[in-house]
Amino acid sequence: MKIGYFPGCSLHGLSREYEESLKAIVAGLDTELVEVDDWSCCGASSAHGSSHLLGVALPARNLAIAEEQGLPEVLAPCAACYARLASARHEISEDPQLAGRVNNVLVRDFKNTVRVRSILEVLKGQIAGIKARATNPLKDLKVACYYGCLLVRPVQVTGGYDDPEDPSSMEDICKAAGAVPVKWNRRLDCCGGGLSMSRTGSVVRLSAAILKDAKAAGADAVVVACPMCHSNLDFRQKAMKHRGAWEGDMPVLFLTQVVGMSMGIDPKTLGMGRHFVSTDSVLARTAGTGSGSGTGTNSAAAVAGEVG
Amino acid sequence: MGSHEHSHDHSGPEPLAARVQRMTGLNPACCYQCGKCSAGCPMAAETTLRPHDVMRLVARNRLDKLADADGLWLCLTCETCTSRCPNGCDPARTMDALREIFAAGKDGKPPKAISAFHKSFLNQVRNHGRLFEMGLIMSYKLGGGPMFADVTTTPSVLARGKLGLAPHNVKGMDEVRRIFAACAEEEAQP
Repeated sequence: MKIGYFPGCSLHGLSREYEESLKAIVAGLDTELVEVDDWSCCGASSAHGSSHLLGVALPARNLAIAEEQGLPEVLAPCAACYARLASARHEISEDPQLAGRVNNVLVRDFKNTVRVRSILEVLKGQIAGIKARATNPLKDLKVACYYGCLLVRPVQVTGGYDDPEDPSSMEDICKAAGAVPVKWNRRLDCCGGGLSMSRTGSVVRLSAAILKDAKAAGADAVVVACPMCHSNLDFRQKAMKHRGAWEGDMPVLFLTQVVGMSMGIDPKTLGMGRHFVSTDSVLARTAGTGSGSGTGTNSAAAVAGEVG
Repeated sequence: MGSHEHSHDHSGPEPLAARVQRMTGLNPACCYQCGKCSAGCPMAAETTLRPHDVMRLVARNRLDKLADADGLWLCLTCETCTSRCPNGCDPARTMDALREIFAAGKDGKPPKAISAFHKSFLNQVRNHGRLFEMGLIMSYKLGGGPMFADVTTTPSVLARGKLGLAPHNVKGMDEVRRIFAACAEEEAQP
């Protein structure tokens, strides 16, 4: 299948391992990503709070280009991009006057036909394929599936592909990869999102509570599908320790990396060495657990060592 | 939802509740103060005005009280409040509308670091069409962010190949600039 692809700024920067692992797994799932031509920033957490129109028009430019490319749907792997694109689509469809203002600003004849898909929605539709290709199922890996805020709420924006208070798609995807999701409480709590730089103390408080709960539930790793969640939970563990809010090392994986490991894809290809908290413990547990290629996964420690 | 009327009759200053309703398409007085939004708000512990307080003050036209509130700027737009509101009041959208009102006016400025971050972020997008993270960090620090925070962690980010050293400019820069200009112009109209 072919699907439009909106990478967003983070997947080309701080979270490039998210794009690396996504591209590595879609090849095995018979899916082709068609990048939105000359895409621009969705405005993320800054535009919508400064100008409502800007917060809609910036994502709408990308949806308009996708429409001109003839793409019926676009995957936005970043949860924040997904929320901004899906929210723009929703608001424009609900408000004809806003639709007119946006078209005036864009100077495009945008008809708002492009559906916006989250990574959970897309991978949920590929569960059979993920299962079939899990040559290295992650049998012993206990994962805490962390949704955060924007992947499943509000339901008016997501269209309700999953339950906003009790979602299950990420657990289902991880199970298909052979991992064991733990039951825990903070999977829908906010990590502190865009306040990472401007109010680090809040992020430390919120993200440490999430990690502690995952640890108490017996998780070997936290799984995310958002660059901001990843940055706050992985990169900020150092700040959490420094401020006495957290002890230990909790690997934080992108969902696409979990699927990629189960396919036996080389850890370097999945960007496993780009994390701040080493993923060696995860790779050691999963190496050769299945019938698949243990050799690929064994090079992981070296990869992580290179940069760690 | 959405803004139903773009301009209003200038017979006097527009009351806050009416202004917010014009921006959001939702009547703030629909909030019956059940507090479910605040119960789930991740920032409630750090702010003096929680979401249901904000909703009440909007309904009562208390722009003065809201100007002193940090809660507006600490709101993470996690959408928990909006998701859970039993009466469809959309506090997250109301927060956005208030931030927009205060950003354009003289009162109720955001905390320095938060304001510096958003300004730097939008400047990156305005100048390149995409976020250039290294540029964001530099501009944020020079624009009022804490100068020495993350100085020791930045090299480790670079070592992981996570920070680009040069910005990527989109081809449609003219269009991006036009979007910024047109939005600023339209929002500036009364």
